[in-house]
Amino acid sequence: MTDAPVASSGGGSTTAPGAPVLDVDPGIRTASSPKIAPWEERFTSYDVEAFEVPRGREEQWRFTPLRRLNGLHDGATADGEVAVTVRSGFGDSASDDLGGVRVEHVGRDDARIGDGGIPADRVAAQAWSAFPTATVVTVDQPRSDDEPLTVLLEGPGVGKTAYTHLQLRLEHQSEAVVVLDHRGSGTVAANLELVVGDGAKLLVVEVHDWADDAVFVGAQHLSVGRDATIRHTSVTLGGDLVRLSPTVNYRAPGGDVELDGLYFADGGQHLEQRLLVDHTATHCRSRVTYKGALQGAEGDKAAHTVWVGDVLIRKEAEGTDSYELNRNLLLTDNARADSVPNLEIETGEIAGAGHASATGRFDDEQLFYLMARGIPEAQARRLVVRGFFGEVIAKVRVPALRDRLEAAIEAELEAIGN
Amino acid sequence: MSTLEIRDLHVEVETESGPKEILRGVDLTVNSNETHAIMGPNGSGKSTLAYSIAGHPKYTVTRGEVLLDGENVLEMAVDERARAGLFLAMQYPVEVPGVSMSNFLRSAATAVRGEAPKVRHWVKEVKSAMTDLEIDPTFAERSVNEGFSGGEKKRHEVLQLSLLKPKFAVLDETDSGLDVDALRVVSKGVNDYKAQSDVGVLLITHYTRILRYIAPDRVHVFVNGRVAESGGPELAEELEANGYERFTSAAAEKEEQPA
Ligand SMILES: Nc1ncnc2c1ncn2[C@@H]1O[C@H](COP(=O)(O)OP(=O)(O)OP(=O)(O)O)[C@@H](O)[C@H]1O
Ligand SMILES: [Mg+2]
Repeated sequence: MTDAPVASSGGGSTTAPGAPVLDVDPGIRTASSPKIAPWEERFTSYDVEAFEVPRGREEQWRFTPLRRLNGLHDGATADGEVAVTVRSGFGDSASDDLGGVRVEHVGRDDARIGDGGIPADRVAAQAWSAFPTATVVTVDQPRSDDEPLTVLLEGPGVGKTAYTHLQLRLEHQSEAVVVLDHRGSGTVAANLELVVGDGAKLLVVEVHDWADDAVFVGAQHLSVGRDATIRHTSVTLGGDLVRLSPTVNYRAPGGDVELDGLYFADGGQHLEQRLLVDHTATHCRSRVTYKGALQGAEGDKAAHTVWVGDVLIRKEAEGTDSYELNRNLLLTDNARADSVPNLEIETGEIAGAGHASATGRFDDEQLFYLMARGIPEAQARRLVVRGFFGEVIAKVRVPALRDRLEAAIEAELEAIGN
Repeated sequence: MSTLEIRDLHVEVETESGPKEILRGVDLTVNSNETHAIMGPNGSGKSTLAYSIAGHPKYTVTRGEVLLDGENVLEMAVDERARAGLFLAMQYPVEVPGVSMSNFLRSAATAVRGEAPKVRHWVKEVKSAMTDLEIDPTFAERSVNEGFSGGEKKRHEVLQLSLLKPKFAVLDETDSGLDVDALRVVSKGVNDYKAQSDVGVLLITHYTRILRYIAPDRVHVFVNGRVAESGGPELAEELEANGYERFTSAAAEKEEQPA
């Protein structure tokens, strides 16, 4: 592995077949890399018309194939709906008895809508302007880990477009494990607000298990109360194009957020993750760990993933402790992973900050070592990929979901004859 | 009774300036229950020989044969060679992040034995093998070789030897980087396996100290990609006393002779 400063070229790393493996270790942004727009300069609005229609050159959109958005960025009208179902439990054991959890369907005039954050791009604003009703799920007491809530979001169907809005509210000192299970077909833009009250604790896993045709563009607004904890894991497997933009906003000191991600792109898929962690309060913690695997079969369209991780530690955010990491594993040649970590620090009084980004091919030495012990190649590959994703999957606190994710990864690997 | 036969083995590696020949006609035969030591200067091609037997993709065999009981090993994939009974303890064992040692050992044993070992027996077997090698049980849950010290890696190579029970084992500098106590423990591990099996051992080393624990039947001096001289254990003593100069200068002279 060669060491190279990832940000020095002014835009992170792009690793395509044949490019050297990058292994970058914690380094602070250099002056030449693009600046993260600070909050007050970052344009936000609920009104879609306040944003220009993106053309593809904009920093926010430069990686996204706009033509494949089916007009989400350019005023596509809804002709379908996302079905939102909330249940208690996960999988076979789920029930409709929500035990004190409140589910409401409200309009955008509801005073709570917007507590999580404001759209910062045109598609998020479009979804905000066009959703029929918002679903607000409120938890006001600690729920046990064994009783996850499942929110099933089903796409509108092939050829249809829908906008949707979901808010998860955790009142003071409450706790919940929530699975957001996205499935089905169609084109969807969404806002998700995670409003976590003081001392509350939310573990949320967002699974994107879309059908092959699906296009999903979602903005996740994480609003973190005093001493609140959020563990957000996003898992992106299916869909033609999936673009997720989680933004973390600390409302008060002591917030603790871990953002984990797992994505697995096959030929033709575009999976994009754009994160902003905005440290605006003192003594907050953030950890970002995203891992991606890519495999494009020969002759097929390339698999493409994008990861942009912006961490901004502002002047007033003394005592911040932050680290972000992105690793990509290229399983085949026909794949392209863009990885752009940005860390901007405006105060010297921090507890720690760093970032790392590495994209590499499958390690032949590892494969050789396992095979030299008699393990057949396909199994050796599975062991290594499972190992690569292991730390992210281990943090999913719902055993049945963990099993499903492991099975999904196995299935992905089998699809290409591994 | 098994035989590992290496005949006129020529091996190249790909370099920036084209292929480079590293092994230039290696002849060597090891039988069951025999231990052969291979000693030679740095860069003479000892690890290349070891890797070529195991089938590392970096090395290209251009001529010669490796036969295990008459079967052509060179036609087998890496994993097939292992299942046929070959084992390589590597000079630099590879780290495999995210794969636990216990999962790895069980997968390997299942592959080599052709069936999954019974859980209860297996747990006992691993535990006792680890105890023999003075490996702390917590290593079982760590990722394969990740963050292990040099000596810890070597112990785990021998642990795998004792669990996978090969017909032939190539030990590539398994003694390097071991402290005195570790050398004793690791040697005992190899000797225990020798005692309970018919394994043939090819022991690559720079030091005679390990040969005091693991007694070789034959000693080969490896210079410039081939076996320059073979003899009994006394040859190792001579090398210890006089170094390789006698062989390297002879090899150099041979090179200089016009074809
Ligand atoms: N990719 C390569 N390009 C050039 N030379 C190579 C390459 N790979 C191996 N070699 C050379 O092959 C020779 C033999 O290497 P090998 O590792 O087999 O030696 P060795 O006898 O095991 O040495 P040591 O005692 O130091 O372990 C060395 O000179 C090495 O530099
Ligand atoms: Mg060597």
